[in-house]
Amino acid sequence: MISRAFRGAAPATVVGLGGLLFWELSLLIINPEGFVLPAPSGIIAAFFDNFEEIWVASRNTGFIVITGLVGGVALGVLWALLVSRFRLANETLTPLAISLNAIPIIALAPIFNAWYGLLSPVSNQAIVVILVFFPVFINTTKGLTDVGATEIELMRSYAASSWQVARTVRIPNAMPFFFTALKIASSLAVIGAIVAEYFGGRQDALGPLIVQNAGLTRYTEAWAAVLAGSVMGIVLFVASGIFERVSMPWKPDAETIGA
Amino acid sequence: MAREIRRHERTEATRRTLRRIGVFVVFLVILALAYTGYKAFGQSLDDAQTDWPMIGRVLPRTDDLTMPPVSDIISEFTQPPQRNSDKPLAAFIAEAALFTMREAVLGFAFGVIFGLGIAVVLLRSKWIEQGVTPYLVASQTVPLVAIAPIVIIWGSTSLDWLPFEWTNWMSVSLIAAYLTFFPVAMNGIRGLRSADPAAMELMRSYAATRRQTLVKLQLPASVPYLFAAFKIAATAAIVGAIVGEISGGVRGGLGRLILDFASRYTTGPSRLYATVIGAALLGLIAIGLVTAAEYLVLSKRKEEPLAL
Amino acid sequence: MTEPDRCAVAISNVSKVFNQGKPNEVHAIEDISLSIGEGTFVSLIGPSGCGKSTLLRLIAALTHPTRGDVGVNDKSADQARLDRDYGMAFQTSGLFKWRSVAENVELPLQLMGWSKTDRKARAAEMLDLVKLDEFGDHYPHELSGGMRQRVAIARALSFRPSLLLMDEPFGALDEMTREHMQTELLDIWNKTGKTIVFVTHSIPEAVFLSQRVIVMSPRPGRIASDIRIDLGERSFETREASAFFEKVTEVREALRFEESQP
Repeated sequence: MISRAFRGAAPATVVGLGGLLFWELSLLIINPEGFVLPAPSGIIAAFFDNFEEIWVASRNTGFIVITGLVGGVALGVLWALLVSRFRLANETLTPLAISLNAIPIIALAPIFNAWYGLLSPVSNQAIVVILVFFPVFINTTKGLTDVGATEIELMRSYAASSWQVARTVRIPNAMPFFFTALKIASSLAVIGAIVAEYFGGRQDALGPLIVQNAGLTRYTEAWAAVLAGSVMGIVLFVASGIFERVSMPWKPDAETIGA
Repeated sequence: MAREIRRHERTEATRRTLRRIGVFVVFLVILALAYTGYKAFGQSLDDAQTDWPMIGRVLPRTDDLTMPPVSDIISEFTQPPQRNSDKPLAAFIAEAALFTMREAVLGFAFGVIFGLGIAVVLLRSKWIEQGVTPYLVASQTVPLVAIAPIVIIWGSTSLDWLPFEWTNWMSVSLIAAYLTFFPVAMNGIRGLRSADPAAMELMRSYAATRRQTLVKLQLPASVPYLFAAFKIAATAAIVGAIVGEISGGVRGGLGRLILDFASRYTTGPSRLYATVIGAALLGLIAIGLVTAAEYLVLSKRKEEPLAL
Repeated sequence: MTEPDRCAVAISNVSKVFNQGKPNEVHAIEDISLSIGEGTFVSLIGPSGCGKSTLLRLIAALTHPTRGDVGVNDKSADQARLDRDYGMAFQTSGLFKWRSVAENVELPLQLMGWSKTDRKARAAEMLDLVKLDEFGDHYPHELSGGMRQRVAIARALSFRPSLLLMDEPFGALDEMTREHMQTELLDIWNKTGKTIVFVTHSIPEAVFLSQRVIVMSPRPGRIASDIRIDLGERSFETREASAFFEKVTEVREALRFEESQP
């Protein structure tokens, strides 16, 4: 299974290394001064040069991300369980959630800052919670309700209670949907936290770090901080994937795109 | 008989849409009531001189500065925010919304073309798809706040060879495009691949070229999937436009307006609220347009929209 | 036509209308009366839309008649459902992909609150009955269609109901597997003596399996014929015997008679 994982990672590794090489070489050839997109070698160097600063900033942003993620997931799953129980609730609330999700949530950041104060972490956490809530709620509800007719008829033939149906059918059926949402939500959480930090919050966090460095035209340092944010998003994504594998041992090694 | 059933289905669909709009309106009313109710509750606490430690920390403070009354917010739309003109706030918001919409539409267009292009390239070989997809996913973890100023500077310096003037808001479109291409590419490839294998074999038996198969079979098959992506992408394009404006310092759109009213909050809190409501409306209009387009296109082809 | 034994299923003057009053109103079944004796194997056959699946679901109390009564084991169908008097098998096996084969068989027992040891023992016994005893730890996606249906049958029988309701369970299988499964099902029927009500599209299948073939007319479904099959003990040779062909022809003509009706 390990060797299969390596073989699976081969194309991505090749493309990645090739891309990095191309980037580095093309910059060596062109070599403009103060170029806005610096060479990977420069970014990695700046990353390690400013490591303490970036690490502290990452920790602060990470705190917002994790607390927001946990809150949003909990709310999303709880509401999904509630709504899936009552068909009327599902038919009214789920389309409502889809419509509400069309609102640019980040626009609420200044209002939350007014409510909780510029320096409070709660305003940023609230943004992340809302960003995470919607995909988790919508997808998990779909998973809980999108059960085959045969399976439901079978459970009715067993005179099973709604709770038994939820436990033995709906919840296991919902798990792939939940994990898809978790992956989407984790990158949204990171970006949301960083963008919200632009509006307010601690100054020693990734968002302000990026913006300040870019403002001082210290682009390499800015990109190093961007890299930290990106790494955080990727780590959360991979962690979700591992969590998924552990929770669903029955899943065959199917393609991840789709289903 | 069949026509009657179709008519019955259409009325059911209309009834469903009306019900959804109704639910939304009810939601807004409940929201306004809850807002006002919470304010009254906070006011009563103030009058009774008691303190709730949660207020100010987890729950917002209820004074008129932090939470302007709903009536103030609504009336603010008609007030002129500028001293020297009579133009009401609503007009400013509408203009800014159009400005942002223009960026979003352009970005959406770029993103769709680019996303479809990627999907077609990835379609070629599973190896390429497996190699590139992780980077596409990673690309979406790069925060916009970082990209925007960089793209704007790049746009204003490196693009002077173009036959027309490259303005800053066009750079913001690129940012909107950046958020748009990903869902379009991902759903695009699923949609292109969703073509019936039997139909694919049929095309091969006609010795159809790859391009013919793409255009005549795979692209049409991908349409429902693309519309599902367009809905996500429409919202993403607007968010990208607003955040791009804000972090790139571009004037004229909703982003700038939000920033201005946020910085001048104490002299008119309702203005910020009104502008945010305007931004929310823009998002809803965008989704509404895409959904309407989806309904028209798919019902013509007698297909069902894909649930997201 | 009625057996001297107890009546397992008693349907009297049952009609079923879907979407009553709306433009898409459907009269699925019209005034059907039928009684099925305990321990018999009865097939329901008819053209698409004749209401045979609806009739099965009325017996299962998964839907209710617009008019008339359905009785199972001398109780109302609803009560029989609550008392879990029947097991059901569908065309798609309906196995839960997140449960192993054994866990799937244990499902109804788990819902009934059986202890873990009892469940495991009974599941093993049932898998033995359907000759899948070595596959307990496998997952459904690792099994072929025929094997999955066998698991579904094991599951349906796991709590030893007296009645087995089957809705085209072999419909999705290829002909060879189908014939094999038919023999296995008869084997199980002989061993357990259950009452089986079997819905099918296939005339040879109905004739091979049952003692009684009920032919239904197209919508609105009524009972067109009730044909008794006396072929004795079935074997592989039965399908090639002339008596078999005669019965198949009889059923086919009963069906064709309905199609030529104006």
